[in-house]
Amino acid sequence: MIDNIVDITLLSLLAIHAVAIIRMRSLFAVIMLFGGFSFLSAGLFVVMDAADVAFTEAAVGAGISTVLMLATLALTYAPAEIDKKEKRPTHQPWLPLSVVFITGALLIYGTWDIPAFGDPDAPAQQHVAPYYLEKSMPETGVPNVVTAVLASYRGFDTLGEVTVIFTAGIAVLLLIGGRRRVNPQIEKTGGKRET
Amino acid sequence: MKHNLILRVVSKFLIPLIFLFALYVQFHGDFGPGGGFQAGVIFSAGIILYALVFGVDSAKQVIPPYVLRLLASLGVLIYAGTGVATLLLGGNYLEYGVLASSQVAGQHLGILVIELGVGITVMSVMLIMFFAFAERGRPEMNSESKSE
Repeated sequence: MIDNIVDITLLSLLAIHAVAIIRMRSLFAVIMLFGGFSFLSAGLFVVMDAADVAFTEAAVGAGISTVLMLATLALTYAPAEIDKKEKRPTHQPWLPLSVVFITGALLIYGTWDIPAFGDPDAPAQQHVAPYYLEKSMPETGVPNVVTAVLASYRGFDTLGEVTVIFTAGIAVLLLIGGRRRVNPQIEKTGGKRET
Repeated sequence: MKHNLILRVVSKFLIPLIFLFALYVQFHGDFGPGGGFQAGVIFSAGIILYALVFGVDSAKQVIPPYVLRLLASLGVLIYAGTGVATLLLGGNYLEYGVLASSQVAGQHLGILVIELGVGITVMSVMLIMFFAFAERGRPEMNSESKSE
């Protein structure tokens, strides 16, 4: 009962956030609402007993990506117009709206065949999950099955993930690392670079 | 942001707690929710809070960018190196059981070490990204500073 109330509250707040994000034109406010949206999603993950995912969503989604989006906003606008409004779209929204509605209707139709949430007979619970739940404690001695799967059974995947994060860091450094160079030579010659 | 007294006092109080929580999540990941990824992000969030309140330059004195670059590579090296260590000890790649006397003890040690590697890499990459975005907006003071 209390679960349902929490679910309905979180989901309706999510829907309100989504509508507000679409309707609002102030980019600063939209970024703040994105942070709130991520935080509400983290709350939903907690309700669904996925504490590890909720942790990540709250820290990355609500925390760091909000800061990065704010930094991007600060980079792309001059300080005087930081609260600049997003331009109104010039086209009518009917075509994208119909695509979204049809896709959403198909997805909802698809959920009819999905087993109920937490159904122990669902195919996803019958594959490798029973093995992990039974064997992870005697084989690894780690009570948190998520950690056991992540670090031990799926160690190669996690190594790949860490490498992806590392690569992303290198890419950011290569693209926008360091301060923007104001080369006095280029400014003097009007943009012509001396070779 | 230099004059925000309440913000400065509150964040000075909060930042050590954030670091402590990150270390808890890092080393308690076997027992409770969390692990290297979450811990790294929480740790970097603490430093980002510091940078937002006290300025990017002070934050760079806490962790200089070249240290971050070294740490980002070190984390991947720790993870991949654990795999090489298990190879040298006669197991398969990332087969932690050979690291210690018993299978369970080896798994425990291996998971702890690789989670540490994940945490270090995630923490440094998040900060590298944040510093890259924060620095981009400011024109370079000295155009003859060494290239990076």
